[in-house]
Amino acid sequence: MDLSAISPTLLLASLMVAATPIILAATGELIVEKSGVLNLGVEGMMIVGAICGFAIAVESGSPTLGFIAAATGGALLSLIFGFLTQVLLSNQVATGLALTLFGLGLSSMLGQSYVGIRPPATEKLDIPFLSDIPFIGPILFNQDIIVYVTLALVIGTWAVLKFTRAGLILRAVGENHDAAHALGYKVVRVRLMAIAFGGACAGLGGAYLSLVRVPQWTEGMTAGAGWIALAIVVFGAWRPFRVLLGAYLFGGVTVLQLNLQAAGVAIPVEYLSMSPYLITIAVLVIMSSGKAKAALSAPGCLGRIFHASS
Amino acid sequence: MIALEKRPEPSKLWSWATPILAVIATMIAGGLMFAALGKDPVESIRTIFWDPIFGEFAFYYRGQLLIKAGPLILIAIGLSLGFRAGIWNIGAEGQYIIGAICGAAVGLAFYPWDSFIVFPLMILAGALGGFLWAMIPGILRVKFNTNEILVSLLLVYVAEFILASMALGALKNPDGAGFPGSRNFRSYPAAYNEEIITGTGMHWGVVAAFIAVIFAYVLLARHLMGFQIKLAGQAPRAARFGGVNPSRLILFCLGISGALAGLAGLFEVSGPAGQISIDFNVGYGFTAIIVAFLGRLHPIGILLAGLLLALTYIGGEAAQSSLGLPAAAIQAFQGMLLFFLLAVDVLTNFRIRFGKREVA
Repeated sequence: MDLSAISPTLLLASLMVAATPIILAATGELIVEKSGVLNLGVEGMMIVGAICGFAIAVESGSPTLGFIAAATGGALLSLIFGFLTQVLLSNQVATGLALTLFGLGLSSMLGQSYVGIRPPATEKLDIPFLSDIPFIGPILFNQDIIVYVTLALVIGTWAVLKFTRAGLILRAVGENHDAAHALGYKVVRVRLMAIAFGGACAGLGGAYLSLVRVPQWTEGMTAGAGWIALAIVVFGAWRPFRVLLGAYLFGGVTVLQLNLQAAGVAIPVEYLSMSPYLITIAVLVIMSSGKAKAALSAPGCLGRIFHASS
Repeated sequence: MIALEKRPEPSKLWSWATPILAVIATMIAGGLMFAALGKDPVESIRTIFWDPIFGEFAFYYRGQLLIKAGPLILIAIGLSLGFRAGIWNIGAEGQYIIGAICGAAVGLAFYPWDSFIVFPLMILAGALGGFLWAMIPGILRVKFNTNEILVSLLLVYVAEFILASMALGALKNPDGAGFPGSRNFRSYPAAYNEEIITGTGMHWGVVAAFIAVIFAYVLLARHLMGFQIKLAGQAPRAARFGGVNPSRLILFCLGISGALAGLAGLFEVSGPAGQISIDFNVGYGFTAIIVAFLGRLHPIGILLAGLLLALTYIGGEAAQSSLGLPAAAIQAFQGMLLFFLLAVDVLTNFRIRFGKREVA
């Protein structure tokens, strides 16, 4: 065992990479839940995004096209959920589960001929001068473009929710859909847009896994990332920056346990591998009990079916 | 303009008709999907739904039907109780794995003691393992108000790592020349879950599934607990005023579903699977969610739905070998079935009105 082999700079730099898919999926889900919809299909949308992005990137040779395809794939899949829950008024929990089960099957079907291929590399954005700053440089200024896009997305989400009219309408629809409907807002339309946005973000997150983080396609490769994103939305109490924090915490645990595995710590690999899931559960428990009570900050109409009687 | 009008109460007729409608719609959509994969759609659907029961090799497949349906029904019965009460245990796969590990561990601990008591002890350990694993989300929900959906699901991944660790470590066959996986129960008769009637696929797990169906039916129709479950799901406020203890209900529903999933795991590992190996679980815990919904959370419905989903597994395998249909296609097919079911369910709860909307 050699713990000195673990470099803090590399650790933090890879933490950013490990957290990115979770941030993407969780931010998307945050918007969906803010509109009052609980979409448990994040895992399914992520993995479909992962294979769509991977396949298109391999066929076209362009990771950019891959990411666009992943966002489109995720959004299209999420619209099945949107149609069922918003138009046909189905139960959101059950429909979300169906989305996950279907997504897992669909993705392994689409991905059969892509196992064991390497995707085209996504270039790192080596920002001149800034990336040469010791310690901070490699962590903050030598990442691929998606990491920066993701951070911009979090800031954008925060700003839109806090400062814009669109954000206000979105929150109104989520807090009390009957009141929003009475005010003349199109509840179903707003929610469908939120769901599609959430799907696109989850798709991007999945593609980041298959194109950058791993980078390879294997069946079921998201391995619960979508569920962890759902948990992190609760952890973040439906606030963008807290979600970011939660994702970094999760990314940190993941990277640390991988490094400990590599360093050959005396703890069996399986127990190290299960630690991110256990810590997510522990964090959920802390957040939902006592003073922190996450349920208090949940949108008022989360998971409730909206049916305008008039 | 098409408008939906809420029915005063769910339509009895449609609640029977929608599952059938959903199956037909899935067959059509699935046929299109298979056509897109370059397979003959009619041939594919026939291979999956017809040939295993009536075709040339039906004598083999018919036995498989009960083997696959047993665990699906057993798990789905447990899940349906919770789903009715609005308690979402979606981690049955994890409880299934832990039940299998606990049961198998007891069996292996007694190796090679040849006594009739070994198998009953394994059954107890399996049920207890699943029960305790389901108690984790249960107690966290009751004590700390933690969302049971996320916790039960995240525990599936934890259970999978424990399984890997057991198959490679504690439960590894000491005479296995270093190969991963436990001793095979086929070579340990006292612990082996053998077919009761040869060739039918009828093993103790299938018997347990039938008992569970009857038990759930009686519980829901005749017992106070069953009434409370239904009340909590349909009118949570009324249930609270009516003196239903929510904590007890949560623990009961999660406990029963965990114990049944654990049993299913034990019967599978000691019978059809034969040994603890890294990937002995094939996702019955997730498919059982589809079974529960397709059976409309009703015990008899679940029995029929379990047989149908078992058929898709067997037919899927047959189509894989004879038509080269990818294994994952069946998984997508099953997911599609749940989609269609939820979609046509609108007919049960709503009436569809055509024509111009009247101005109030």
